[in-house]
Amino acid sequence: MHEVGIMQSVLEIAEAQARTSGALRIHEIKMRVGRMTGVVPEALDHAFAVLRERTMAAAARLDVELVPGAFWCMTCAAEFESDDLIGGCPTCHEPSFDMRRGRELDVVSLEVD
Amino acid sequence: MCVECGCGLPGPTRIDGRQASEVSSPLIEDPHAYSHEHDHGDGHVHTHEHAHDHDHALGHGHAHGHDHPHAHDHPHDHSLASGSREIAVHQSVFAANDRMAERNRGFFKALGLLTLNVVSSPGSGKTALLQKTIERLQPVTRVGVIVGDLETDNDARRLRTTGAPVVQISTGTLCHLDAEMIARAVGQLDVNALDMLIIENVGNLVCPAEFDLGEDLRVALLSVTEGEDKPLKYPPMFRHAHVVVITKTDLTPHVDFDRAAAVENIRRVNPNARIFEVSAKTGEGMADWCSYVASRKAPGAGA
Repeated sequence: MHEVGIMQSVLEIAEAQARTSGALRIHEIKMRVGRMTGVVPEALDHAFAVLRERTMAAAARLDVELVPGAFWCMTCAAEFESDDLIGGCPTCHEPSFDMRRGRELDVVSLEVD
Repeated sequence: MCVECGCGLPGPTRIDGRQASEVSSPLIEDPHAYSHEHDHGDGHVHTHEHAHDHDHALGHGHAHGHDHPHAHDHPHDHSLASGSREIAVHQSVFAANDRMAERNRGFFKALGLLTLNVVSSPGSGKTALLQKTIERLQPVTRVGVIVGDLETDNDARRLRTTGAPVVQISTGTLCHLDAEMIARAVGQLDVNALDMLIIENVGNLVCPAEFDLGEDLRVALLSVTEGEDKPLKYPPMFRHAHVVVITKTDLTPHVDFDRAAAVENIRRVNPNARIFEVSAKTGEGMADWCSYVASRKAPGAGA
């Protein structure tokens, strides 16, 4: 994946929002990352450590909430969690192509002053 | 550099050898076009030129003497006891690309331009397939091409032999094309003289899956030399494709390729994809594939 490019976008979003609200420093960036995005959290941390220098987030923490994949099973009319794109419903074993969660890649909130 | 694919920071992208930021396009507002003068009545006139898309890192404060009202969503502040406060953001990292992609899509739609985004691993035969496809379509369909590569314009030169207009995007270190690169590259094509736009993405089975370019059809290639389990190893790329083309079928007898297993694996990841099997070299399967593409272009068929 392209964690460096993603982190660059995250920092751009964070700095723009912090500036808009008149903040001077960013202490924490909270993200939600779906497991189905293929984003590797360790690579994200690494990119953050490198890219945060000389930004408002130079001393900030990165808090990543991982969101498991969730699919809708039409046969059982129920949702099931799975991080396997080609795995089926654990009850009826039918494959599902209706992904409900797991592709998030969001900046959720910032802690600033 | 990123751990999985070795892709670097968004670097100096070039379009036909020129800095991407200097290429004009109907889809990109010129950031330097905004300029105005103030007369202070005391004999001094000074000119401001400012682009609205640049960032001022804090600490480099040069203040603009005027306010720009922000039309975009305002964060809500929740004061925290410690003196610091929390700002709710709730913004997707892909939002900027997705917005630009939708804009591209609307632009292509308005022109009646069928747009293909062709993705695959390096060396699975994108250029050869496109060369032969363009040759077959050209008598009736006017095709333009945008080719993405990290370096070299070898693919662009091969595709130019068809006579089709070709724009080269050199991404430098980036492993995929994004919607803004397409928006810029389109400025180099006479889009009114085209019926179809084919985008040959950077050879990579991971990253291009996440980047919508504004295409009508995403076409993923799987060459018989790659093995039949590729769709299971890289599900997102095949899952988001409308069409999967199995290429280099002339090599099947030499490489132990299990055709039935390959089709089954594609179906497991993406039950709705149209599947074609072609050899650009012998021409086998090319007629079916080309008539499918041409039919997507047919009047009233939509795209």
